[in-house]
Formats: sequence, structure tokens, C-alpha cells
Amino acid sequence: MKLVFKNIDKDGSGSIGLIPEESEDMWHAYNLIAEGDSVTASTVRKVQNESSTGSSTSSRVRTTLTISVENIDFDTQACVLRLKGRNIVENQYVKMGAYHTLDLELNRKFTLRKVLWDSVALERVDMACDPASSADVAAVVMQEGLAHVCLITPSMTLVRSKIDITIPRKRKGFVQQHEKGLMKFYEAVMQGILRHIDFSVVKCIIVASPGFVKDQFFDYMMQQAIKTDNKLLMENKSKFLLVKASSGFKHSLKEVLQEPSVIAKISDTKAASEVKLLESFYTMLQLEPAKAFYGKKDVLRANEALAIETLMISDKLFRCQDILKRKEYVGLVDSARENGADVRIFSSMHVSGEQLDQLTGVAAILRFPMPELEDSDVEGNSDSDSD
Amino acid sequence: MARHRNIRNRSYSDDYDYEDVYGHSVEDDVCLSPSEAAQFLYDRSRNQHAISQFLKSDDILEESEHDDDVDNTRPNFERRESMDLRGLNLSEDDETKLMSCLDELRNVLGDTLSDSILVHEVLKHKFDYSKALDGILNNNKQENANFKPEKPKVVIDSAPIPILEKAPIISTISVDKPILIASKPEAVKGFKINDDTSPNSRPQTPRDQSPAVERISSRNDNFDELRFTSKVKENKVDPHTKFSNERGSDKEYLYIVVIGHVDAGKSTLMGHLLCELGEVSKRTLHKYEQESKKIGKQSFMYAWVLDETGEERVRGITMDIGRAQFETKTKKVIILDAPGHADFIPNMITGAGQADVALLVVDATRGEFESGFDLGGQTREHALLVRSLGVNQLAVAVNKLDTTNWSQERFNEIVKKLKVFLKQAGFKDSDVTFVPCSGLTGENLVKPPSEPELLEWYKGPNLLEVIDKFNVPERPVSKPLRMSINDVFKGTGSGFCVAGRIENGILNKGDKILVCPSKETAEVRNLAINELSTNIAFAGDQVSVTLSGVEMQNVSVGYVLSDPVNIVPVTSHFEARLVVFNVKVPITKGYPVLLHHQSLVESAHISKLKALLNKSTGELLKKKPRCLGNNSVAVVDIKVCRPICIERYKDVKELGRVMLRVSGVTIAAGLVTDIYVD
Repeated sequence: MKLVFKNIDKDGSGSIGLIPEESEDMWHAYNLIAEGDSVTASTVRKVQNESSTGSSTSSRVRTTLTISVENIDFDTQACVLRLKGRNIVENQYVKMGAYHTLDLELNRKFTLRKVLWDSVALERVDMACDPASSADVAAVVMQEGLAHVCLITPSMTLVRSKIDITIPRKRKGFVQQHEKGLMKFYEAVMQGILRHIDFSVVKCIIVASPGFVKDQFFDYMMQQAIKTDNKLLMENKSKFLLVKASSGFKHSLKEVLQEPSVIAKISDTKAASEVKLLESFYTMLQLEPAKAFYGKKDVLRANEALAIETLMISDKLFRCQDILKRKEYVGLVDSARENGADVRIFSSMHVSGEQLDQLTGVAAILRFPMPELEDSDVEGNSDSDSD
Repeated sequence: MARHRNIRNRSYSDDYDYEDVYGHSVEDDVCLSPSEAAQFLYDRSRNQHAISQFLKSDDILEESEHDDDVDNTRPNFERRESMDLRGLNLSEDDETKLMSCLDELRNVLGDTLSDSILVHEVLKHKFDYSKALDGILNNNKQENANFKPEKPKVVIDSAPIPILEKAPIISTISVDKPILIASKPEAVKGFKINDDTSPNSRPQTPRDQSPAVERISSRNDNFDELRFTSKVKENKVDPHTKFSNERGSDKEYLYIVVIGHVDAGKSTLMGHLLCELGEVSKRTLHKYEQESKKIGKQSFMYAWVLDETGEERVRGITMDIGRAQFETKTKKVIILDAPGHADFIPNMITGAGQADVALLVVDATRGEFESGFDLGGQTREHALLVRSLGVNQLAVAVNKLDTTNWSQERFNEIVKKLKVFLKQAGFKDSDVTFVPCSGLTGENLVKPPSEPELLEWYKGPNLLEVIDKFNVPERPVSKPLRMSINDVFKGTGSGFCVAGRIENGILNKGDKILVCPSKETAEVRNLAINELSTNIAFAGDQVSVTLSGVEMQNVSVGYVLSDPVNIVPVTSHFEARLVVFNVKVPITKGYPVLLHHQSLVESAHISKLKALLNKSTGELLKKKPRCLGNNSVAVVDIKVCRPICIERYKDVKELGRVMLRVSGVTIAAGLVTDIYVD
């Protein structure tokens, strides 16, 4: 994302101009824009003209509109952001108060005006505009009969294709059916890779599986590449990285991202570090349960006691429609930071973020044990946490 | 004609037995509900009540006479050739109904019985033709127990059958032989086998002391009784009867899963056992020997009997369940050879889910046993898994004992260690047997041991005897059909096949069934047990079913074939009681897991921690705990990504068990306590 201008008053209100450059920027924009903000962007609108004689003609015109956002829609697969709202600036074609839906487009400027730019939003802008953001990593997690072809970007894990084929088991005299099914499966995975992975963009392709599936698959793919004279695969052979995973389900990506050989290969480690952090939280919960807490209520109380060492919070909590709730979480982040805590905002699009979301969305590792928290929250704790 | 003679020639002692069985059968009749039975029993009070209605009619005297008749034994009726229908004071409508019923009954029974009996029965059953017929036939049969000479034709068929069941116990060979001939038409399967189970051998087997024997005899009692009704209404026959009909004379099937750490020698042990039992032809074995020599792994030659795919042979490990079967003195044993490698535990769970009993193979070699047993080895995990999957009888084969020179010390050391662990895992001491053996040399597998070092201290049974001693669990044949699918493949003929184990109920060729969770109706085109086509399969059987009416793509592993009326519950949200194993990190809310349920693997997460319980007493320790640590017991809610077929544990045990695994480690086992509707 490119920052065009930044116009923020002392009271926190103001506008920022941004140009999204890649599809991931749409995700950032999705996290930035909240209901009630106003967005100015160029768009196409169908306009009906009525002539004096009464005949009407309709035409599509490109115009710049400013709307007050009422509804935000994000398609994770296509990375398209849709904003619906009323027109608030006078325009040649569109009446004031008329509804319009803006499709944010790549490489076209948009201006976002907020009543209050809080620290989390500003941090998001900085992060989005960080030019150091690195290239993507593709990962294929597979087991016999099941495979997920995923794209891991710094802030998102996208499942591009899921392959689920039933492979007959080996049985007396029918061994070839098993082997045939396996070949069919490998072929489908290979096609998935060819179709969904752009070899010019991704830095490496991780193939992970339990047992020998990955080796068998890799052998198969290379044989096919030679057979069909597929230059693309042969040239990118060195980009493949085979690692162990326990299953072909999506959350085994967590294991993959902890593999040292993978960490060495992917320079941006946000995804990997999030996994590691969450793991250390669980370890703490096992070893010293009084030093690891989750749930809003517990974490807020720990923060009051200045006890938080690391705060993990999911960005889903900042996207909530309730402004007061968002304020509360922003307050938590700010005060924790003030107190010297390490605050990590997890992307809910990563596997680790998904898990954190399920775990009420907020968790903290403390500096010192707070057993009083543990005892007091027997009743009513989970009620307030449930979303 | 041979049958008639048979009956006449019967000795009195036989007759006595026969009646004994009969008397037994009436009382212990499982297939008849008490209310149903009441219909067939003469109840004085009920009859008087009926008569009080008749009293209104003009001829009181005649009625009371009638009453007397009823009070007397039934055959008296036969003296009265006709019955005055008017005396019954029926409405016109009822009279026509009665007449049509009588006509129907005559069609079936001929003129063997008098009108009055028929009328009486029809009235008793309120003009329900089929019930009346049942009643008559049953009454008749009771009579026949007392009044031999009067017996109508139908009984002749059934008469020899009770003797068939009784024969081995009487063990008079002269009686036994003709009976086999008589039963020939019914015993569709395994007739030959019946032959070689000589009657003398049976009482000696340990199975006779097992509870299973009782079951057999009670089953057989129903057997002849139901044969009457089966002629009339075929589809309503009691499942237990069908079961004994088909299998009563057969050896029972026993499914045994072979588990243990990787390279403990599971496949080799089983392969060698099969070879010694003559299940593998010499030629095949010779071929394996040559081929394995060629790639320099001659020790794998027995394992190749079960490891068939090229991949498995090249790598020298089992990757998927291997199947084979053999027969012992009392059983048909199907072995499921599980992979020992940690990566293939999902396959092992599939196999263990279908097994009745387990054989744990441990490597006795110094160092090998320790590495397989101590943390990280599969010996522990496998044993825990099979226990959580409902296997409670276990044999432990202490394998490769030849490498330690058949040292008794080593054997005892291993037994001691394992005993402690298995007790913790929940196996009763009495249900666990230890056998020293060697898979490669074949020592103590089928034949009694010959090694002098072993003979010095070991007097116990060999492996085959141990397997023979296992009890076959009760098969729930009378519950609604449930069959979990663990394989989908193209058969030889038209359509496609699914393979799996029938957990509950009976499956007939031609049945309409429901494929769940997609809830599509399909028809059973063909049934096969161990590649042999059959018409009927029962709970506990591993069958392959050819289906029509559904697309192959719409059926996958983990689906359940269900009774179309009593449908298996389909849900993605349920409550379970978990037993947490040794875990590195605690289980919290939202913890993502892989859920293993039968052969299904699905990703799921724990949506709520409801309560922490005391491990031994089940008392509530803490409501809504924050996390579940090592070895805790808790009640949790689990959400699955996709809807699955699941049952409450108390309803169907096999479908009420789940395993939770994370990154290749089993973290918990659970029982389904409640199912939420989506």
C-alpha cells in the first residue's frame, strides 16, 4: 500500500489517502475501514437521463464519490472489498443520500476519513505501507486423500484449493485400485499447484505431509514434469521444500511454520512468530497456570495490575461493529503498551489467529503469577467471553 | 421320509431332552414380548370377561358349556365339527370378517383343525388374520409337546432341529449324523466346517465355560419356534433367530487387531502364523522368499504375506491395515494387521475400531522394547487407543525372544513392566495373556514350543491357543442397522462397493438403506463377507456391500449406512466426556483437534469446557475450567467442521466413541454423552 497523504488533526480526526497495490492491501483496508467512516474513491455508476420528451437513456459514467460507510463486505478468496453507504458529497450524477456500493480497486487512490484515528488504526496504516513486506510462500499440506493448497502472505493464509478424493484401501487382489486412486490424487494436487500458485511471486513452496506422501508426490510431480515437458515445474524445482506435518488438515500448517527449515526460508516471520507465541502461551498454561490467562475479563484485570508481559489480541476484535467495544480493546492495547508489554495483533486469517479467535480473541502471558485471578473466576467467566 | 423315521427311532432320553428344551424355550423366549406371549397363553380371567359379554345372549347354558370346553385342553375342540356362529352374538359386519378370516386360515392350514379353534382364535385376535394364525400355530406347538400323535405336518420340519443343537452335548454320534442331513438345507454356510468340529471336541473347549454358550442355546430355542412364523411373515422374523439360523451351526467370527511399535514384527508374526496354518500356498511363499532375497531383505518374507503394496514392500513397513483370515478350533479369526509407524496411526485406528480383541506385539530385544515402550513409542499409544476404542481382551506376544536366548528373566521383566502399564490403561489382569514367541523362527506360534531353553520355564499355551481362548463379544443384531464405511472402491461387477463393519443390526441383500450424513437412499445389490457372496450379514461382520442408487463420489470413508426408519443422528455439535492423556500443552477452549470417529477423520475444535471431573469417582471438581491438564477427566462440547454421524455412547457403543489427536499425538479419548441438533 502506498500512503499518498496523511491529514490528521490533534483531536484524532482526519483523512488519509492510500493506494492499494496488491490484493493483500485489501485485507488491510478491510481492517481499517469501520462503519461510519467516509470513503472517497473513483467508481462507475449507471446514470439514467430523462430527456425533455420523456424518453430515457442510461449510461455508465466514471465518477468520484464519497460515501458514509454502512456496510463492509470482504471476500477472502477473491480479496475484494465492497463498501455500501449513502452519498454525502454533492455530485453531478448522484443525488445526496443516494445509496452506492464502492468496489475498492487495485492501484486506484481512495481517501479514508475517520472521526477518530486510534493507535491501532494508525499502526495498521504503518504496517500496510511498510515496503519491506516480503514475497509470499505457498504451502501444500497433504495426507492420502486430502490436500490443501494454501498461500501464506504476511497477514493472511488463503486456502486456494482443497482436494478431497477417496482412495480405495489396499485389499487382497485389488492393490492396483489403491495405487490408481493414489495417482489420481497426486494428479489433482499437481493441477491445483499449477493453477493456483504463481511461481514468479512465491518464494518457496512447502510440501508437508505425514509419512511418505510428500516424497511420493514430489517424485510423481517431477516425473510428470519431465514427461509433459513442463518447464515451469522443472525450473522451480529448487523452490520446493519438503517437511513433515501430522495431517492434511489446514491447522497442521501450524506445525509446518514451526519447522526450523521453513523459518529459515521465509524471511517474513509474522505468521511463524505468531504460531510460536501462541505455543509459548500454551506451554505457560501447562507449567504455570497462574501466569497465563485468556478472556477479556481476566486479561483486563491483569492489565490493571500491570502484570501483562505479552498481550495477544486478534484483529477480529477491532473489526467489531460496536464502537464502544472497539474503544475498550484499543484502550487495553494502549495501556498495556504504556506499561511496557509486548503487544501482538494476530491476523485472524492465519491458523494461529483462528485459534486465538476461538480462545475468546485475547490472551496474555503475565510477568508474575496472579493466582487470585484463577480462583475468582469460577463463575460467570465464560459467559462474558463467549462471542 | 428319512425325517419321519428319524423321529420314531429317537430314544426316550432324547425325547426328554427335547421337551426340556421346549419348556425352556417358552419361558425364556426372547423374541416374544410379554404382551405378545400373553396372547398365546390361556388366561382364565380374560376368557371369563369375554363370556360375560356373551351372557347377554339367549342361550346361557350353551355358553357355559363352551366355557368348559375352553377350560379343558384344546384337542377337545376337535370333536365339535361345526360351531354355531349365532351363539357368538356377532354383528353382521363382524360375521363377514370372521368368515373371510376363516377362509384365509383354511388356505394355510387345510382341514387339520376344527372350526371352533379357528373361530376362537380369530375372535381373540379381533379378526386379525395373521395374528390369529400365529396364535394357532403356537398353540399347536404347545400341544405337540404333549400330544405327539396328533402333530400336524408343520411340526415335522422343526422337530429334528432342537436335537441338532442338543446333539453335541448328548454326544451320541448315531443321533448326530442323520441330523446333519436333515439340517442340510438350512445350513447354507460352513456345512463342511460343522463336520470337522467333532461333537466330542466342543465340550472341552474353554468356550463352553464362557457366557457365549448360554447365548447359543437360548438362541436355538427361539430358532424352531420362529420357524413357524417365518413361513407366514418372512420380514418380521426376530433378528436373533435369523442370526442363529445362519450362524448357529457355524464357527463364530472373531476380529483381532494386531498392534505394537514399529518393527516389533507384527506383520512377520502374522505372516508366519498364516503360513504355518496353511493359509498361504507354498508357491506364493517361495516367490516372496526369492523376491525378498533379491532386494536383500529376506527377513521380510513373511511380512509380505500381509504387506501387499509395492510401497510397503520397498520400505519394509506396513502402511495400511492388512487383512487375512484363518480358523482355529472354535473360531474363524480375521486378523487386521495394523501399521506401527506413528504417521499411520489414523489407519491403525480404523483397524482397531473394527476389532473385538487385540494382540499386542512387543519386541523383546534389549533396547528395542524400551524404545517402543517408553515415551514416544507406539506400544503405549496403541494400547491406550485400543482400550479407548472398546477392546478389553488383550494378548501380548513377546516377540523376538530368540534374540535373548529365550531368557526367562527378560520375559518376566517385560511382563512386569507391561502389566503395570496395562492395568493403568484399564485392562483387567484376567483379560491379558502373555505369550513368548518368535515370529521369524515360528517358535510357539501354532505348535507347542520345541526350543529347550523355552521349554525349561514356559508351560503355557502357544499363540494359536491363546487366540482360540478369546471370548467373542455379543453381537447386537436386534438393534437398528448401523454400518460404518471404511473403504469405497469399484467392485468387479456393476455399481460400486463400500466396505465396513456392521455395528448393529442385520443387513439383507435387497434392503433399502440410508447413506448418512448425506441422507441418500440406496439399495443393497450384493453382500460379501471375506469375498464370499452372501444373502445376509449381521452385527460384527466385516462386509463389502455393493450399492446402487447413489453416486460413488457422494460416498466417502466415514459415512454410515443406516436403517431408513431409525436414522442415525447427524450433527456437528455434541457433548463428550473426555479422558485426557499425557499432553504437552493443556486443552483450552477453541483448541483445534483432529477428531477420529471410526474410520472418519475430521477437523474439529473444542467449543466449551463444561466441567472438570474427578478421575475415579466422577464427581464434579470445577465448573467451566480454564484448561484441561494431564490425565484429567472432563465434560466438553465439541464442534466438527462438517456434520458427522454419531451416536450417544449409551445407545451404540461403537459409534459413541471419539479420539482426539493433535499433531500426530493422541491427546484424549471421549464418549459421546449428548448430541445437539444443528
